[in-house]
Amino acid sequence: MPFAPSDMALIVPELFLTAAGLVLLVAATAVSRAQEKQIALWSIASLVVTGFLLAVPASAGAGARSAFGGMFAADGYSLFFKVLILAAGVVTILFSLRFVGDSPYPGGEYYGLLLFATVGMMFMVSGTHLISIYVALELMALSQYVLAGYFKRETKSIEAAAKYFVLGAFSSGVLLYGISLVFGATGSLSLAAVSRSIVLGPKSPLLVLGIILVACGLFFKIASAPFHVWAPDVYEGAPTPISAFFAVGPKLAAYAIFARIFFSGFGHNSSEWTVIIAASSALTMVVGNVGALMQQNVKRMLGYSSIGHAGYALLGLLAYGSKDFGLSSILIYLTAYALMNLGAFGLVVLLETKGYAGESVDDFNGLAKKNPLAAGVMVLFLLSLAGIPPTAGFVGKYLLFSAAMQAGWFWLTLLAVLMSAVSLFYYFRIVRAMYLVEGTGELRWREEPAVTVAILACAALTLFLGVYPQPLIALAKACLLS
Amino acid sequence: MNPATMSAAAAAGVSVMSVAPSAYLVVGTILFAIGLAGALLKRNALSIFLSIELMMNAVNLLFLTYARMRGDAAGQMVVFFVIAIAAAEAAIGLAIFVALFRARQTVDVDKINFLKW
Repeated sequence: MPFAPSDMALIVPELFLTAAGLVLLVAATAVSRAQEKQIALWSIASLVVTGFLLAVPASAGAGARSAFGGMFAADGYSLFFKVLILAAGVVTILFSLRFVGDSPYPGGEYYGLLLFATVGMMFMVSGTHLISIYVALELMALSQYVLAGYFKRETKSIEAAAKYFVLGAFSSGVLLYGISLVFGATGSLSLAAVSRSIVLGPKSPLLVLGIILVACGLFFKIASAPFHVWAPDVYEGAPTPISAFFAVGPKLAAYAIFARIFFSGFGHNSSEWTVIIAASSALTMVVGNVGALMQQNVKRMLGYSSIGHAGYALLGLLAYGSKDFGLSSILIYLTAYALMNLGAFGLVVLLETKGYAGESVDDFNGLAKKNPLAAGVMVLFLLSLAGIPPTAGFVGKYLLFSAAMQAGWFWLTLLAVLMSAVSLFYYFRIVRAMYLVEGTGELRWREEPAVTVAILACAALTLFLGVYPQPLIALAKACLLS
Repeated sequence: MNPATMSAAAAAGVSVMSVAPSAYLVVGTILFAIGLAGALLKRNALSIFLSIELMMNAVNLLFLTYARMRGDAAGQMVVFFVIAIAAAEAAIGLAIFVALFRARQTVDVDKINFLKW
């Protein structure tokens, strides 16, 4: 697999972020607890610089380029996801400043691990070879296992880490087995070569089994049924800023590779795998939305709701062939998904005090009287999650569902609309708690400018994209063309 | 075993047993199945982890065999990546289990139920 030294130029943003992560990890050992905030601010700075390094060649009009013998692609598709992932990283660090600063755990390594997880995601979305995708996926996953258990003396946090680790390692094994079968059947690991070989050769049962197992491994990563059981536990147990990060970053990256592997790699075998994806999508929507009905813990409820959203997003994969939207509807939906989930988790961060108090629906009681702005913003995020106009969530769902209708998935779209109606019920339990129930006793509420700014930015974008989505749609389409 | 070595060995009068590649595929598949069953049925987190390691090594054997059958070195390259990742995973996994044991005095997955499993 030959590669020119000039290939290195394409991975400069990733190299920079890796170097920044290493430097900050070493620096973290030398600073006192009071100086940890500096580490956090430097991590934000390095994420922003990485964003610039990505944007400069893109704005200079450099088209899609491939490097390292077809292992890495720098194209518009990966650029779109990388920018979203970097933004999620910045917001997560803003959420973490006080949350980790006030905790009894030294926060130095925390930021380094976040940067490494981000690097893993960036390599994932650019991967065009099954092995580069797998290695990047593991870089992301290994950092996440540690982050989930960062509050290591809290039983919930370490339990979440243990569950995440056991199930994550198991799913990686299944994914790897699937990759080995695909290699055995096609003799190649590069997505382009796999696709060529699928077109030319006969469909062997080995290949079909391999594709099914790769799909199972990826279903785990996007938390879709029947591989979703870890998600509510991990979202509940992990430190809240990390739950916000898990709900957004890894999911975006996993969707990006799911779409890339299945469309540019296995695309020509589609009749086999659309059935599996449709079945998983239907099951995921039902399990996620019905599961959320019973939850008292808001983080857990958002975990189930994100399972439901994973089911909707799978519709976008099925609608790939639809001519108007197809893949661009996934990009728009995932952008909306990222904004509203980060915002909703951000409000939980603000409400939360030491020892996981402030996470239950009852803790939202009477918020509207104490802090009308926060309650209003939360309503906006919940409306967006439920897919009600004028919010970004509505636009995303509308495009996604119409693309699925065009592709001929009527029954699945109908189920998705029904399940969106079910979701209204549990989202509005929080609205009811905020507006209709009197708050009992002291409402714990922390004023925190960094978190407030991040939440307001998410809210503004959610509203803006809901009212005027044309720029985002144009951007998504332009990214897919390059 | 490549033909040149085999004919050289035959000329020297040494009997050489040649194993068909498909036999390695069968062994790899059985190993994976044992690992899968262990990961699903065992209740001790360490046994589950060892079963997962077995799954990874079964995959390594499959990759090597396919690489040999197809004469493609890419399959052998994969094995190094998988071994390196499995080592990193072991380091992190064992650290998590130690922290879990300190918090709960057990690594039995049936008793780790503070969060609804």
